[in-house]
Amino acid sequence: MSKKPVQKKQDPETTGHSWDGIEEFNNPLPRWWVWVFYATIVWGIGYTIAYPAWPGLTGATKGVLGWSQRADVEADIVTANDKLAPINAKLEAAELTAIPGDAELGGYSASAGAAVFKTWCAQCHGSGAAGAVGYPNLLDNDWLWGGDIENIYLTVKHGIRNTEDDDARYAEMPAFGQDYLEDEQIDAVVNYVMSLSGEPMDASLVAAGGEVFAEECTSCHMEDGTGDREQGAPNLTDAIWLYGGDYDSIRETVSNSRFGVMPSWSNRLSEAQIRAVSVYVHQLGGGE
Amino acid sequence: MLFALTQINARMGVWDDNTLSLNPPERSRIVLGKTKGRKMLNYIKLIALAVVTLCALIAANYARDVAYLVHAIIIALVSGGLFIWTLRRVGDTTSHPQNEYMDSVVRAGVIATAFWGVVGFLAGVFIAFQLAFPVLNFEWAEGYANFGRLRPLHTSAVIFAFGGNALIASSFYVVQRTSAARLWGGNLGWFVFWGYQLFIVLAATGYLLGGTQSKEYAEPEWYVDLWLTVVWVAYLAVFLGTIIKRKEPHIYVANWFYLSFIITVAMLHLVNNATIPVSIFGSKSVIVWAGVQDAMTQWWYGHNAVGFFLTAGFLGMMYYFVPKQAERPVFSYKLSIIHFWALIFLYIWAGPHHLHYTALPDWASTLGMVFSIVLWMPSWGGMINGLMTLSGAWDKLRTDPVIRMMVISIGFYGMSTFEGPMMSIRAVNSLSHYTDWTIGHVHSGALGWNGMITFGVLYFLVPVLWKREALYSLKLVSWHFWLATIGIVLYAASMWVTGIMEGLMWREVDANGFLVNSFADTVAAKFPMYVVRGLGGLMFLLGSIIMCYNLWMTVKKSPAKESSLSVAVPAE
Repeated sequence: MSKKPVQKKQDPETTGHSWDGIEEFNNPLPRWWVWVFYATIVWGIGYTIAYPAWPGLTGATKGVLGWSQRADVEADIVTANDKLAPINAKLEAAELTAIPGDAELGGYSASAGAAVFKTWCAQCHGSGAAGAVGYPNLLDNDWLWGGDIENIYLTVKHGIRNTEDDDARYAEMPAFGQDYLEDEQIDAVVNYVMSLSGEPMDASLVAAGGEVFAEECTSCHMEDGTGDREQGAPNLTDAIWLYGGDYDSIRETVSNSRFGVMPSWSNRLSEAQIRAVSVYVHQLGGGE
Repeated sequence: MLFALTQINARMGVWDDNTLSLNPPERSRIVLGKTKGRKMLNYIKLIALAVVTLCALIAANYARDVAYLVHAIIIALVSGGLFIWTLRRVGDTTSHPQNEYMDSVVRAGVIATAFWGVVGFLAGVFIAFQLAFPVLNFEWAEGYANFGRLRPLHTSAVIFAFGGNALIASSFYVVQRTSAARLWGGNLGWFVFWGYQLFIVLAATGYLLGGTQSKEYAEPEWYVDLWLTVVWVAYLAVFLGTIIKRKEPHIYVANWFYLSFIITVAMLHLVNNATIPVSIFGSKSVIVWAGVQDAMTQWWYGHNAVGFFLTAGFLGMMYYFVPKQAERPVFSYKLSIIHFWALIFLYIWAGPHHLHYTALPDWASTLGMVFSIVLWMPSWGGMINGLMTLSGAWDKLRTDPVIRMMVISIGFYGMSTFEGPMMSIRAVNSLSHYTDWTIGHVHSGALGWNGMITFGVLYFLVPVLWKREALYSLKLVSWHFWLATIGIVLYAASMWVTGIMEGLMWREVDANGFLVNSFADTVAAKFPMYVVRGLGGLMFLLGSIIMCYNLWMTVKKSPAKESSLSVAVPAE
């Protein structure tokens, strides 16, 4: 059968019960435990008097301190807004091109714009603004729609190819694989495009590809392939690729086109925020 | 229906206590008298199983989503298999000795606990490395084995499969020993065991296939919830039935904790899973609570899943196995009463601290915080009673790695029940909330307290249940102890560092009040700590595999023990 617990001489009394050999000492509650327990209860009562706590039929007690989480947040927002209101007003009134050169506004825009960028833009463009496949790198000097501050501002404010803003930048490349061009023609023009930036390609197809290019592509990408910022048509000669510069990626682009969308920020950000983030992006390295 | 039948069937096996004192010839006469009824019942059971199989097949045919389809097929296979099994046993009149404890179901529970433990830890280690190295979210397994699908699989596997089986098995063991009575309900205990395993399989496969209510720790969909309700009511019946027919004058403290856990979990489960299925042939359902009420209900449930499943239930374990292993009386009876009632009264209010700084009204947030802090001492009452039980037996720490395991688990219990109230303070929470600190806190409780005490219990139970002289190797227990302890320390420490770092980075502002870091910056900064966390988890997993080997070898290789502990004899 189960062993009886070892009883030592100095042991206190047990309660006299035994379950499967387990007994219980009749020790009192540890004093420190009792006092800390009481202390937390007393503190708890005090705290619930001080802060909103006990619910009733028509609402809860408000607490003698009058504290409210919502009021706290509102006060914080008001304080921050009040503090920044003068400089925001200045920023909104300033000439865009003059902001980067202005010591006060330029510095402020860079820090405010960084916060905007990290909250709203980093999801696509990356927290370092280096972009990703399909999302332009904002650090280099290759711009689809223009890299001076006014053009960046327009892009941020209205976005690209979205349906929510009538002023959004818009241009659409045809999907040449659907009805426009034959397979061999696409094959040739892809090789031609690759030759423009010196990518390794099939040289025997370049001449035929050049003919297709002259026929179909020059109206947007220009005869020399350097693109047209008015239409957001990328420069094809600089070896910087939004969707990839290998044969398969370019073939996909020519055949099915691409349709990158950027939201319009005019409804979500304040004018000062849009200006600040435009300045921030402009000073990242590629601004013109 | 299945449940009712099983219960009736189980009742047939119940012997009133007088039976224990009958002579063998008298007993066999009763057996013959009951045989006829049992046969009849088997026929009814067969019809019921056939109907369930048919219904499951019809449901599979009309299934609207893949989770439901797979579940209908699983249910059809299980009930079909049971049909054949029952058919083959019609006319089988073998009866098991009724004056012995029902340990077979506890043995099964011990195996299930060890098995699900390893599965759950493995899933945890894998998803920890998925967070560190996102490439482990394999493209070919997208939609099945990505982090989002595996994460609830891990939490449910460790809490409900590992922890739940440990609780059911240990409670069945403890309630029999401390009541000096065989488990009530005959084979109902087996129904609880297998029913619970079916629940686990349905829950786990459901997550992988996208069947989820998206409520933390309450992810299983409506029909899985219904099944768990049936199993849980059976569990309550078995446990309470055994207590009612006990031969001891008083109910032992471990059983108070177990009973509070069973009853409260039933209540939480029913309220938080109140949903309306979109279709009887689909897994999707819509919760009846809305908005902040839903959030509040969810965290009332979620916090008390911790409070009653992982605290009260496991305290029940501690109150039996620690004095047993230490061979010392429990430190204070008075403390056990006071801290029991204080704990179960206070815990139920603490849920709102999960929703500080949300749409939750201020008053609810205050109450959640205050009750969490007042809960501190009642939680520590269990720690004091556990640790002080060892006074006079501290020397055992040197020689017995099993008691060392139990002691460190109580230590982690004390640490996380201090950390919890502290994190519930609004000001602390504004830093800690949504960060990895919370994950570290949960794991120091779950790995340290729940994991370690369960390992201790398994090391205690296996030699007893398989009637072995001793464990195969105490050295391997020591290895397990150190691997697990260092693993937990790596886990908790790395999560404190990344949690606090992350909280500070989120709130960092520049001179103009603008945020300095993007979310992605904080993710990148956490990488080294994520690797450390994964390694900690890996060590914990290794320890549990060593344990499985040790337990296996105990059953296979250890010399058998002559005298058996399995006869129900009440203490004087």
